[in-house]
Amino acid sequence: MHENDISYLESIASKLRMLVVETAHTAGAGHTGGSLSEVEILTALYFSFLNVDPSRPDWEDRDRFILSKGHASLGYYAALALKGYFPIDDLKTFDREDSTLQAHPDMHKCKGVDYSTGSLGQGLSIGAGIALGGLIKNKKFRTIVLLGDGECQEGQVWEAAMFSGSKHIPRLIAIIDYNKVQLSNKVDENLSLEPFAFKWEAFGWNVLSVNGHNITDLLSVLSRASAISAQGPVVIIANTIKGKGVSFMEGKFEWHGKAPNDNEYIAAMKELNSSK
Amino acid sequence: MQLGEEIAQRLAFGQALVELGAEKPNMLVLDADVGPSTQTHLFGRAYPDRFIEIGIAEQNMVGIAAGLSTMGFIPWISTFAVFMTKRAGDQIRNSIAHPRANVKINGAYGGLPSGRGGATHSAIEDVAVMRALPNMIIMDPADPQEAMVCARLAMEIEGPVYLRTVRCSVPVIFPEQHKVEIGKAITLHEGKDVAIISSGMMTPRALKAVELLEKQGISARLLHMPTIKPIDIDAICDAAESIGAIVTVENHSVIGGLGGAVCEVAAEYAPCRIKRLGFPDIFLESGDDEVLFSRYGLDVAGIESAAKLLAEGGKKNK
Repeated sequence: MHENDISYLESIASKLRMLVVETAHTAGAGHTGGSLSEVEILTALYFSFLNVDPSRPDWEDRDRFILSKGHASLGYYAALALKGYFPIDDLKTFDREDSTLQAHPDMHKCKGVDYSTGSLGQGLSIGAGIALGGLIKNKKFRTIVLLGDGECQEGQVWEAAMFSGSKHIPRLIAIIDYNKVQLSNKVDENLSLEPFAFKWEAFGWNVLSVNGHNITDLLSVLSRASAISAQGPVVIIANTIKGKGVSFMEGKFEWHGKAPNDNEYIAAMKELNSSK
Repeated sequence: MQLGEEIAQRLAFGQALVELGAEKPNMLVLDADVGPSTQTHLFGRAYPDRFIEIGIAEQNMVGIAAGLSTMGFIPWISTFAVFMTKRAGDQIRNSIAHPRANVKINGAYGGLPSGRGGATHSAIEDVAVMRALPNMIIMDPADPQEAMVCARLAMEIEGPVYLRTVRCSVPVIFPEQHKVEIGKAITLHEGKDVAIISSGMMTPRALKAVELLEKQGISARLLHMPTIKPIDIDAICDAAESIGAIVTVENHSVIGGLGGAVCEVAAEYAPCRIKRLGFPDIFLESGDDEVLFSRYGLDVAGIESAAKLLAEGGKKNK
């Protein structure tokens, strides 16, 4: 990939980060921390990797994307808007009454959402079902599921992992936004996932890991994952920082489900603007 | 099948899936290791490529079906009602009911008859749980024939359907050309002294009770509710207004099922005296199905005596 392309993608990521903070501030609601940690992942997916067309959100052969960590909708909506699924202005309606942009993504309300999510632990099963359907129909599209790390404490994630690994479901790629912090505490202090990679391996998955904020590395790991996913499911453990980009939010569980107030908003935007 | 013949309802359901599978190439069946019990193994034998064994992982089964439904398939998911509706309750709510996924749910071993499984295996609250979910249609067929009709009808509906079936044998009361309409009661007997509203496998025994009542000069209207949701509001109101006394009969807890639904409608539109026959607010025990049914008045004699009591009260009220 071209040097210029990376800087273009980095500028997209920077824009998404600002949209996350702006949208949360306008709504006075939203999950800011986990939306900031997924920004580069969503950038690499929607602006390079995924074979999707915003003018045909129901196109049969498109790659599918499921945001299993449905609460991180701020980042998701920002990416969909910037990609052209709906006007960026719609972000101002986030979480309001009658908005297409519900707190948690609704496939019947928001264009580009491949499946409704919100209750944690359910997205990987849905993704596995879609990938299995694609296999039966001899389709070649890929299904990507983005999970939170805290979410991997849910038993259903491991039911889905066991199923997909044991049935060697192809073209299914799980990405873990491993930001190490969940709603109430550090993941390690609540219920550790480690040895995380070994667990996925033991369930029959190919495991890759990456710095989830480095777009060059993300693109190369996605391309590798895509290639080896022909044989069976692949998980990418993306090491990230919760609240990434806003120093006073970084690594803080307090920013899991909180929106910035006016002063915090000004400070956050100042920092994001200066690091553009 | 012959009228009066005793056939396991689960077997009729399993055979219905095989028939429907021949007509609908996009139909899939998923089971969680209980195919030989729910009888979905018949479909698995007939169409091995369209039967997906999930293993004992009900939550994952729901999600896999939800995903498959986006690919133009119509998946049936099948396991014991007690586990389906609670173990995978959140998944049914959020991955199926809210997104209106075109997934058909078989709650097998509905109610008491669980092969002497006792408290843990008797689904006495599955209808209550499912009834609270928006977008969910609930079918509780009376006999083997109606189970087949309901399975076919479920395939014609775009969206989630919960079809409850029972393990045990039930006498055939409906002919082959039997039809079910969503939200419409079926009047099996006309009467003026008391109305009996029943669903599921309680309907054939309610029909026997009605015949016995008639011999004693008590005229009972029998309404069978093949769909508990949506429920036939007009039929309930008409019974409440013109008769004034209703007995509900269900193979389910008296909380939140058919009896609850009838009471909600009557209380709001046409209050009248109602007796709910069903399991009281307790967990069941293991034992013989019929011994336990009769303990809670869910046998022919129990229905007969409850209806008699209300018929007398109903006459007095007039």
